[in-house]
Amino acid sequence: MPQTVPSIEPPLLTLRGIEKSFPGVKALAGVDFTLNRREIHALMGENGAGKSTLIKVLTGVYRRDSGTMQLGGSEIDPRSPQDAQQAGISTVYQEVNLIPHLSVAENISLGRQPKRLGFLRWGEIAQRAEKAIARLDLKLDVRKPLSSCSIAVQQLIAIARALDTDARVLILDEPTSSLDTREVEQLFVLMRKLRDQGLGIVFVTHFLDQVYAVSDRITILRNGQRVGDYAAVDLSRIELISKMIGKDLSEVERESGGKAKPLSTAREILVQATGLKRKGAVENVDLTIRKGEVVGLAGLLGSGRTETARILFGIDKPDAGKIEIDGHKRELRSARQAIALGFGFSSEDRKTEGIIPNLSVRENIILVLQGQRGWLRLLSRKEQEELAAKYIAMLNIATSDAEKPIRFLSGGNQQKALLARWLASKPRLLILDEPTRGIDVGAKFEIQKLMRSLTNEGMSILFISSELEEVVRSSDRVVILRDRARIAELVGEEISQAAILSSIAGTNESSPE
Amino acid sequence: MKAASDNALQRESKARRHSEAWHHLKWPLIALAVVLLFNFFFTPLFFHLEMKDGRIYGSLIDILNRAAPVMLLSLGMTIVIATGGVDLSVGAVMAIAGSIAALLITKSSYSFLSIVILTVCACAVAGTWNGVLVAYAQVQPIVATLILMVAGRGIAQLLTNGQIITFENPSFAFFGGGTFLALPFPITIVAVTFAILSTLVNRTAAGLFIEAVGDNEKASNYSGINTRLVKLAAYTLGGICAGLAGLIVASDIKAADANNAGLYLELDSILAVVVGGTALTGGRFFLLSSLAGALLIQTITTTILTRAIPVEFTLIVKAVVIIIVCLLQSEEFRKKALQLVRRKS
Ligand SMILES: Nc1ncnc2c1ncn2[C@@H]1O[C@H](COP(=O)(O)OP(=O)(O)OP(=O)(O)O)[C@@H](O)[C@H]1O
Ligand SMILES: [Mg+2]
Repeated sequence: MPQTVPSIEPPLLTLRGIEKSFPGVKALAGVDFTLNRREIHALMGENGAGKSTLIKVLTGVYRRDSGTMQLGGSEIDPRSPQDAQQAGISTVYQEVNLIPHLSVAENISLGRQPKRLGFLRWGEIAQRAEKAIARLDLKLDVRKPLSSCSIAVQQLIAIARALDTDARVLILDEPTSSLDTREVEQLFVLMRKLRDQGLGIVFVTHFLDQVYAVSDRITILRNGQRVGDYAAVDLSRIELISKMIGKDLSEVERESGGKAKPLSTAREILVQATGLKRKGAVENVDLTIRKGEVVGLAGLLGSGRTETARILFGIDKPDAGKIEIDGHKRELRSARQAIALGFGFSSEDRKTEGIIPNLSVRENIILVLQGQRGWLRLLSRKEQEELAAKYIAMLNIATSDAEKPIRFLSGGNQQKALLARWLASKPRLLILDEPTRGIDVGAKFEIQKLMRSLTNEGMSILFISSELEEVVRSSDRVVILRDRARIAELVGEEISQAAILSSIAGTNESSPE
Repeated sequence: MKAASDNALQRESKARRHSEAWHHLKWPLIALAVVLLFNFFFTPLFFHLEMKDGRIYGSLIDILNRAAPVMLLSLGMTIVIATGGVDLSVGAVMAIAGSIAALLITKSSYSFLSIVILTVCACAVAGTWNGVLVAYAQVQPIVATLILMVAGRGIAQLLTNGQIITFENPSFAFFGGGTFLALPFPITIVAVTFAILSTLVNRTAAGLFIEAVGDNEKASNYSGINTRLVKLAAYTLGGICAGLAGLIVASDIKAADANNAGLYLELDSILAVVVGGTALTGGRFFLLSSLAGALLIQTITTTILTRAIPVEFTLIVKAVVIIIVCLLQSEEFRKKALQLVRRKS
């Protein structure tokens, strides 16, 4: 067991006193970080704590303001990710940075294509890509354009790309945010194998289970400062959380208690979808959503969850099936129309379907509401600012001010701002596709509370998440999809992770897998 | 405590907003100042202004007057580019405007005002045609507007039977050559168009929608914005601006020259927009900066003409100045340049 051997070797990577400021924020205020060989090192912290910034400084995306960085005993000063890669640091960034219209194979070998006499060697590109993908137990046609893959598969491809090099340090910034349990497990097997081969791995995640499942050490950041560096076995979960959010243990325990779930009573039906069918997306989905309830949509990746949501929101048209809203049959032709009916849809793909990157946080938040009011009735500047300030405070969005372009926010905070966008439009049905992706533990809990209070006010929520625990905790009813069809539905007391897993696996015993 | 921090948040917001608009106006203005300074020292009488028959004359006024067509084009072009598109047909639409006006003046007895309105409407239709191709038929903007760029001149020539139609019409001559408030009338046309457009983008949500569509069309669509309509409207506005520009030119030369009216001006107007800091990829746009960009281009041209430098140099000098302004706008470049300078000293 390599992780129990006390390290006698000098550290692989040492960062000392790293500082980095952006206009209006000090993202890193003198951070130290040490990574050893044969070590999986979790980097933890709340949204906006500075994790991604630290990684970007280390890999040459940003220039540090001060501090030193040593790799294998010698100073490094990468000026670009390519520099870092040459030095032996391979990275998967939080936002998938691949090129959508290129093929999977091209994406994997991008920037280091095998060439002969200046010509690309396509055969070799494809072969290498296939090998890289096989390491992740992924089966797909590497000649397909990347954009035809789901976000989760894209994430796996980004990982495959990073693994396709001779690296000494591998950095994974929230690599598992859109993966399901099985894929996460595969990734972990691979990470452990690489660790045992001598790599140092930096791993950022907001899933505490995953931290304890693979990490040897944990470094915690808070507000751009290092709180400490601990062996994973020495740090209890509750200690970890309290160090991340900077509150003491009793407070955390008190807050995480008392999440009694009111049972839903029979209420009026808001949306009833029957026999939804769309080629290549869903086969046969029935779904009923009542007023004021949270319906969880569970299933493996590719089971048709997002596809169902897109049909309900009018983005994709079903080939067959019927949608009734308030008892009237409706044909949804566009997102606009769905919004007019009081629907909202927060997409799982926050980068391409969510944020308007160069517009301010304020503009991003008011966008849907303004769209509903139409172009002539512009929300006054004051109303806009008040709305932005209200949601920034309510969802605790970490930003130096409301006029900051949203792309400069940390991933989790972008996600919160998108949630704010939909909340501001006061929808009757809010479809949330992976709304807690990249959101820290504290905020996840806040969002759950928020969902509860919204439904108490009469809003309905369709909740899609790969995290079963979350689905179980938040949902009044869970609809389970498998192979693009609805296979089961659990209500109230029946809802449990074991029950969901056994339906997904297709067994009737209540034992998972 | 809470209120105090909210106030701080708002104050900071305001500062950022102003600095952004100023940032994009700054570079073309500085370049303009440099060119003007050059003229101050080296071109005699460049700043000389003279009042004659109730109109001010001088190089500066001349620049404003000559720049009017490109300024108009660049206003429309800014909006089109902000939606992530581009309009190559505006020069051809100017020619169409000239031909239609000439036809109406010579073959009909419509009043001056109806001629202007009819012509501008025709150009709005031409712009809408571009918009339909781009927004609904999903043709790439360059290709879609290239069609009208080529066909438009053909249409203009057909309308005039391939001839240059000259005309005498005192009231129409006012449009491009008249005096209003002691200034050439085209300056007023630009000012009014700018005022209308900035009201439209600042006092309604049109500005927000245009920027959102240009920055991330898919996300805007999923947020309930009618992205197609926004794009269509942008091209229609572009057509209207081109129509006004075409009328100014036709009225100024008292003729419709289908071959040469507005030739290459689409490129000048795209340059003006880029110099003004609006990115060709769409998103944030800056109307006032585009006007400054158009003025810069015209000032360079006039400088070269008045200094008797061979005209062939015009294009090269223009290109150099524009490259410099574009480079200065890139923060990356400024940082690198600063580093270089510091290392030397
Ligand atoms: N390019 C930038 N310009 C301005 N501010 C930035 C920039 N990048 C990051 N920041 C700010 O720096 C802080 C730290 O951001 P960072 O992305 O490192 O957080 P994080 O710990 O990765 O959070 P998350 O868990 O949400 O991904 C945030 O307040 C963010 O707004
Ligand atoms: Mg991050």
